[in-house]
Formats: sequence, C-alpha cells, structure tokens
Amino acid sequence: MTDSHADVLRESSWTGGAHPFGIGSKKLGMWLFIVSDTLTFAALLLVYSYSRLANPNWPRPFPIVPAIIFSTIMTVVLLGSSLTMVMGVAAAHRGNRSATVKWMLATMLGGAIFCGLHATEWMHLIHEGLTPFANPWGGSPLFGATFFGITGLHMTHVAIGVIYLGIVATGFGRGKFSAEDVEVSGLYWHFVDLVWMFVFPMIYLMSVKY
Amino acid sequence: MSSHSSESHGHAGTTKLFAWVWVWLVAITGVEVYLAYMHLPPVTMLLLLIGMSVVKAGLIMSYFMHLRFEKSSLVWALIPATLFCIGMLTMIFPDGVRLRDSRHATQGTVQTK
Repeated sequence: MTDSHADVLRESSWTGGAHPFGIGSKKLGMWLFIVSDTLTFAALLLVYSYSRLANPNWPRPFPIVPAIIFSTIMTVVLLGSSLTMVMGVAAAHRGNRSATVKWMLATMLGGAIFCGLHATEWMHLIHEGLTPFANPWGGSPLFGATFFGITGLHMTHVAIGVIYLGIVATGFGRGKFSAEDVEVSGLYWHFVDLVWMFVFPMIYLMSVKY
Repeated sequence: MSSHSSESHGHAGTTKLFAWVWVWLVAITGVEVYLAYMHLPPVTMLLLLIGMSVVKAGLIMSYFMHLRFEKSSLVWALIPATLFCIGMLTMIFPDGVRLRDSRHATQGTVQTK
C-alpha cells in the first residue's frame, strides 16, 4: 500500500517522475532555448522593420542579378541541409550509426557552403563601402547596422551549428551519444533554417533594386 | 515505460513525407523570389512575404522539428506565449509612423519604402 503510494508520487508530474510533455529533458531544454532565441531574432527583425518604417530614405541595394539569385542559392543550400539533417535523425533512430554520421557530415557541408557564400557576399558589400555606420548608396546608415547585425548573428548561429553537429556526429559515431542527442542537435539546425526563412524575404526580397 | 513512449514520438514521419515538405519549402521560396520580379507596393509585398514565411515556418516546425508528432501539451506550452510576446514587440510601430511622417514633412524626402 505504502509502496504503491510512493510509486504514484514518483510518477506524478510535480515530482518530475512523469513526462508531462512526453519528451526528455534535453529536448525540452533545446526547445526552451529555441523559444528564447526566437524572441531575440524577432526583436532584431522588428527593430529593423521599425528603422525602415521611420526612415523613408532606406536604400534598396540588391539587384536581382546577382544579389537576389545569390541569396536564393544560399536559401536553397540551407533548406537542403535541413533535409539531410532530417535523414540523419531518422537514421539515428533506426540505429544506423554510419548513415547518421554521413547525413550529418552532409548537413555540416551545407552549413559551411552557406557560410562561405554569405562571407563572399559580405566581402562584396564591404568592398562597395558598406559599414555598420555608413552605406555607399546614400540614405539611412541604419541599413548597414541592421544588415550586418542580423545576418551576422544568423551566420554565427550557422557556424556554431556546424561545430555542434561535428561534436554530436563524432560522439554518436563512437557510441557516446544517443539518438536523442542527434535529434536535439537537429532541432537547433532546423531553427537556424527557420530564422533564415524570415531574414531572406525581409532583408533581401524587400530590398530589390529595380 | 514512459521513456519508451517518449522515444516513439520521435520516429513518426517517412522519408517520402519529409522530401515532399522540402519540395514545398523550395516551391514557396521560388514564389517569393518570383514576387521580387514584380513591382508590388511595399505593404502588399511585405504581407505576402510574411504570410508565406509563416507557412514555411509552420512546415519546418511541424515536420522537420517533429512538433506534429509530439504531445499537444508541448505545443501549447511553447507556441502561444512566444507568438504573444512577438506580437507585443510591435508596440513600437506607431512611433515609426510618426517619425516617417515628420521626416516627410520637414525634409520632403523621396519615399523609397
């Protein structure tokens, strides 16, 4: 009688014995981080929108060719890396270690290509004279500040993601990490992809030079 | 026992399903880029783009991030409060409109937005 009562207590949500959300603590932890990071990026994109609204002389520096085509390729590369990550998580749950590591390496390659393309674009804009304090096209200098701030923070997330996936892939390949660890790293990667789905239209497609 | 049931949540979804979600994401991106070719008024363009981005975000969260296959208690704990906070952040926009209008009046600047 006393034992079963204790079991009920252990199993209750209040004592941490049950799973009110049906997921492990690592996955819940990553979701909570994602919520906080969502608010960070939302605040930055709304500050960008506010600055743009308040400054009628906002520049539109991106011609369709090459800038928009270039950033579209970056978008497809990042989306592709999300698909390979999904495949990696599925392989991890099937217990196929070598396939998981291969899919994760493909995801890391996609992230690295994205960073490389992004850095190329940055260098091109810096060469044109864009800085966080001034832009060569005239108009509001806030363009440079918001552009480098938002895309820079996103690129940092991608770079950290590549390192994170590398650590998890290595650990999973050696049998140190579980399929849940792979899935949690996948959540982070998809979130970085999700953020770009707002950065790309709001910063690039809304700034097309006609 | 309960850890076993939590494991089973993560398995849902087939390769074919994920590939289709990816095709949709790329297709919507294609439509967004196509819109960039058309000289749409900025507000129309912004509303269309944000609408499509929300759909894309929904697809990514539902399928790639497995939310569709998790317990609904997780979705309710995470999503509504986040959306509410993002909505509250828009409280600064009336000031942006005020600044834009005052700058138009004093400088006569050309509206590029």
